[in-house]
Amino acid sequence: MNTIVCKKVLNPSVTLMEVDAPLVAAKAQPGQFIILRVDENGERIPLTVADYDREKGTVTIIFQVVGATTEKLNRLETGDCIHDFVGPLGRATHTEGLKKVAVVGGGVGCAIAYPVAKKLHQQGAEVHAIVGFRNRDLVVLEDEFARASTRMFPMSDDGSWGEKGLVTDALRRLIESGEQYDEVITIGPLPMMKFVCLLTKEYGIRTIASMNPIMIDGTGMCGGCRLTVGGKTRFACVDGPEFDGHEIDFDEAIARSQTYRAFERHAHEETCNLFKGGDVHG
Amino acid sequence: MADMRPDKHPMPVQDAVIRSHNFGEVALGYSEETAIAEAKRCLNCRHKPCIAGCPVKIHIPEFIQEMSQGNFEAAYQIIARSSALPAVCGRVCPQETQCEGRCVRGIKGEPVAIGRLERFAADWHMTHAETAPQRPASNGHKVAVIGSGPSSLTCAGDLARLGYEVTVFEALHLAGGVLVYGIPEFRLPKSIVQKEIDALIAMGVTIRTNVVIGRTITIDELMQEHGFEAVFIGTGAGLPKFMGIPGENLKGVYSANEFLTRINLMKAYKPDASTPIQQAKKVAVVGGGNVAMDAARCARRLGADVTVIYRRTEAELPARREEVEHAMEEGVVFRFLTNPVSIAGDSNGWVQSVRCQEMTLGEPDASGRRRPVAVEGSESDTEMDCVIMALGTSPNPLIKDTTSGLETTRWGGIVVTEDTGLTSRENVYAGGDAVTGAATVILAMGAGKTAAAAIHDVLKDR
Repeated sequence: MNTIVCKKVLNPSVTLMEVDAPLVAAKAQPGQFIILRVDENGERIPLTVADYDREKGTVTIIFQVVGATTEKLNRLETGDCIHDFVGPLGRATHTEGLKKVAVVGGGVGCAIAYPVAKKLHQQGAEVHAIVGFRNRDLVVLEDEFARASTRMFPMSDDGSWGEKGLVTDALRRLIESGEQYDEVITIGPLPMMKFVCLLTKEYGIRTIASMNPIMIDGTGMCGGCRLTVGGKTRFACVDGPEFDGHEIDFDEAIARSQTYRAFERHAHEETCNLFKGGDVHG
Repeated sequence: MADMRPDKHPMPVQDAVIRSHNFGEVALGYSEETAIAEAKRCLNCRHKPCIAGCPVKIHIPEFIQEMSQGNFEAAYQIIARSSALPAVCGRVCPQETQCEGRCVRGIKGEPVAIGRLERFAADWHMTHAETAPQRPASNGHKVAVIGSGPSSLTCAGDLARLGYEVTVFEALHLAGGVLVYGIPEFRLPKSIVQKEIDALIAMGVTIRTNVVIGRTITIDELMQEHGFEAVFIGTGAGLPKFMGIPGENLKGVYSANEFLTRINLMKAYKPDASTPIQQAKKVAVVGGGNVAMDAARCARRLGADVTVIYRRTEAELPARREEVEHAMEEGVVFRFLTNPVSIAGDSNGWVQSVRCQEMTLGEPDASGRRRPVAVEGSESDTEMDCVIMALGTSPNPLIKDTTSGLETTRWGGIVVTEDTGLTSRENVYAGGDAVTGAATVILAMGAGKTAAAAIHDVLKDR
């Protein structure tokens, strides 16, 4: 059981929780993830570590309410407990030796991109943070990104925040204007990462994408999180979650991510109806 | 005088048609009368070959003599001296190749049903025992056990009985390892596993779930910062193997590990479960081991037509005969001498059909079994919407990658000294599938026992 020490609503569908988890906090690194179960019969879902405080012994997660489990999680308040919380899992982001990096985040993926940008920035790298949201109401971690980057390029689909356009528009312009990146790190929706990788491949810039496939155990047992990378089957939980973006079969990953979509939509509706009924304590 | 009835008393089972629609236990267990009658078939012979066939050396004739007198608790206590998990072993051990395989009664007729008797004694104890296991006085030595499957639970139990302060670290949210995520409810009810684990806790074993050794805490930290004097690695098998054929990452293709974990650990077969599983109509299970049988029988219970695809013949099936027979009775279809070469998907990326080729058996290979050889031009497509790969596993790299100086084989298994389970690291022991690759519950238990004895040898005089 892990206590939620702080809950913040970042936007109508994205929530931040700081969770008491001293063992996880002691080891967590940017790029790693945790697996949690909200309650005794809950499913196991992976969430990337958004931040950690080794002294306080807390780990921060940021999640978007997309299904039944995140809906239930979002009903918990400060002081409530998460039934199971295990980690840190996966390999940490490789940041050593990087001098100039573009960190490209999209939507709730920005929550994961943030600790990576922060670590790079702290180690003295020049960080260009390209962050995109659909509109200004969905923006999260604006101040944090501003602090963790050398330059920040805010983008939105409708122009209500920063510049109107896609993150790939900003990235292409920067590359075209002569910016030389050691690496591009991209975290966000699969289609966004796919197009970031297609773009950087044109220019031959090494690109790392952080994958968040369906998982059960997260320790290398079930194989549900497998991806095709460079023509080989790899497991996101032990080989990743970050891979060479130019080698990932994104179309396959997108298809696999939708395996349980019908089930999830139904379960989410049921959960919402249950809460509406008022017979469940949130 | 022994009862010279030539065959075993049959095990009452749930009707095949009914059980293929539920997850209730298939084998229902002997009655007291049948147990006593079966126990009377034991000759109590002088050589006791059955004991030599048991990886944990249960004093078999001794417990059977007590059973033949109706002394069920006494019988249980004799088993419990050697085995930490009698209710489990009585259900899932391959007795036909172990104790029963050596039984003198098996020469003319059927061996004594040792497994069924073991199960009866253990179940009798669970329902009738009045006292919880005694908690031995601590000897002050701390031992860490990694993983909570059969090898780990055995090692933990043996050490706890000797007074060690044992902590078991489990990565998942529930202890039991393969006994809870792998072996289905209808073969091994999870309430039985939980009772065995509760007995260990009563003996003083601490179980810490949600701790991934290698990530949350490393083995070096366990020994240097957490004060453990010895560590046993019983982390089991790891990454599932796939065939490397086109279409293996389509939606509807599962590893047996994933399919079974969703059903057994996450209870996806229950209507109110929060973990989903595909509602498949036509399922192909590739492989012929016990895991393949478990996956096939689970898929059958979820309502699918199920075909096991195996590249050799029925005679070479590595699964226990009983499991194969149960699967067949439940309506699982077997296609022998058949091997998948590709899987085709529909426009939404779901499995649509499997292309297989026919095989013949050629010369024996390294395993001694005749090597399957493809028949050219024999490919044909069969409509399927789900394919489960039950091809075994390769060791989990987590511990190896995070423990310096831990020697592993080329294929990733942990190298140990056979008679102690000691690894290349001082005070670090290992056993079970993490060492041998996929094997049986009882072999893993034997390895846990060996390591516990070796750890006791080293620590007892400190």
